[in-house]
Amino acid sequence: MSHDHDKKFVYADNAATTSVHPKVLAAMLPLLGEVSGNPSSLHQKGREAKQYIDSAREKVASVLGCDAKEIYFTGCGSESDNWAIKGAVQNYLERNKTDKCHIITSKVEHHAVMHTCKALEKKGIDVTYVGVDENATVNPDDVVAAMRDDTALVAIMMANNEVGTIEPIKEITKRVKEKNPKVVVFTDAVQAVGHIPVNAHDLGVDMLAFSGHKFRAPKGVGGLYIKSGVVCKALIEGGGQEKGKRGGTENMPGIVGMARALEIANEEMQDDNARLAVLRDDLIRRLLELPNSRLTGHPTKRLPGTASFTFEYIEGESLLLMLDMMGICASTGSASSSKSLEPSHVLLAMGLPHEIAHGSLRLTLSHETTQADVDYIVECVTKVVNRLREISPLGRN
Amino acid sequence: MYSEKVMDHFTNPRNVGEIENADAVGEVGNAKCGDIMKIYMKIENDVIVDVKFQTFGCASAIATSSMATELIKGKSVDEALELSNKAVVEALDGLPPAKVHCSVLAEEAVKAAILDYYKKTGKDTTELEKICTGCCESCSAHDHHHDIPTDED
Ligand SMILES: Cc1ncc(COP(=O)(O)O)c(C=O)c1O
Ligand SMILES: [Zn+2]
Repeated sequence: MSHDHDKKFVYADNAATTSVHPKVLAAMLPLLGEVSGNPSSLHQKGREAKQYIDSAREKVASVLGCDAKEIYFTGCGSESDNWAIKGAVQNYLERNKTDKCHIITSKVEHHAVMHTCKALEKKGIDVTYVGVDENATVNPDDVVAAMRDDTALVAIMMANNEVGTIEPIKEITKRVKEKNPKVVVFTDAVQAVGHIPVNAHDLGVDMLAFSGHKFRAPKGVGGLYIKSGVVCKALIEGGGQEKGKRGGTENMPGIVGMARALEIANEEMQDDNARLAVLRDDLIRRLLELPNSRLTGHPTKRLPGTASFTFEYIEGESLLLMLDMMGICASTGSASSSKSLEPSHVLLAMGLPHEIAHGSLRLTLSHETTQADVDYIVECVTKVVNRLREISPLGRN
Repeated sequence: MYSEKVMDHFTNPRNVGEIENADAVGEVGNAKCGDIMKIYMKIENDVIVDVKFQTFGCASAIATSSMATELIKGKSVDEALELSNKAVVEALDGLPPAKVHCSVLAEEAVKAAILDYYKKTGKDTTELEKICTGCCESCSAHDHHHDIPTDED
């Protein structure tokens, strides 16, 4: 195996996106091939399409521990994030006949949440960005302390996409609701759904976003759980689809695929995660043997497939490209990947200095990852880090 | 996204290392910006007879460092002063627009080293001192003499 380097390929970027499960593809293909009606049409093909969507909604709801009528399908995780935040704020403003209110979010959110909050800030909405500890964990005390009389929404992610930390959403929700049950709690669970158990009713949140391509459905389909009784104004107006909450002809094959993918993920989660955690921890232990390397994110409360690091004295894009040439697909939060000259806001929020944050690497494993893959990753990362350190002026005495 | 030449100089950079007792040393950039280049020159009769570099940075920072050292090796100090980031980028068959700022590092490192040489040899440095030897941030603050496209994205 280790003599086969030229042909070796290891996809270790599953937090970016996953491959479509063959059973998901099989469930979708007939729907793409034959006459497929518009779910809004009254004729037989329309009714058939609607039935597919209804049944998909039932499946998703049963895995996420909620009622089918609480599930709304969207075009992606980013849309769900935008919708939840803008819809909750809009409802607050209309109900209270005001043009001002307050949002609480964290400093480590995905851009889909962060940039939505920044856009609202420009329109005069106040936003508090709660900090995190060195493991990227949000402290529920800080969220509660930030609450004001005019707080409309709390938006904290369930699992972090860069460092894999799992946030205490149940605890945050409980504490926020104790202080003021009217405040809407939203969680971006895009990295969590399909990977760790997520039960909407048990978490107690009002809204929860997910995205199919993160758990082996195709790209371009997502969803938003909206608890019964919670009002979230429509983001996309249209022809009355999704109970008038989300206009646009439904991506029926995508929705069917996502429901199937979620069922499969749910069935295989326990076995997959036990195996993944062993590989992940082996990868972490061995890469931390490199001098001046560190694990980023919580040491134990982390996604089963996520191993994330910083390596001092080198820069992430260089690391990534050299790994790419060895057939390893990974990800970095370095400035060079962001165009802005600023390294990852997540790593900075965790208190890492700029120079260290530039040298980050995220490896996200999947059901396909083998021990041999981990061995190969360790071998290549070690080689590349050493090579780049030879070129670097830093870390010498 | 990168040309073959960039990938070649990135994966197989020329002139990496240090020169002991160098006649000129220049260091520009800082770790905060994510790019640092340190350049060492051996200079005889105002001719750069040897040059080596060390770079912390992205692939284009490493590739432009490597190409810049190739372009000035064997040249006179005056010729090396003429080296622009544009020439380095052209020699590499171009860089993506968002990456052109990285090439400024190499131009400035060369100038910083020659400034060091001027100082050591007692030459007039007034003209050279006017040239910034800062990091990416300070360069984008006054990028008049660099060829950096503005990338509205
Ligand atoms: C935490 C988180 N939120 C939101 C998104 C956006 O999802 P999508 O790519 O479906 O728009 C992602 C994916 O990158 C994510 O990781
Ligand atoms: Zn750069």
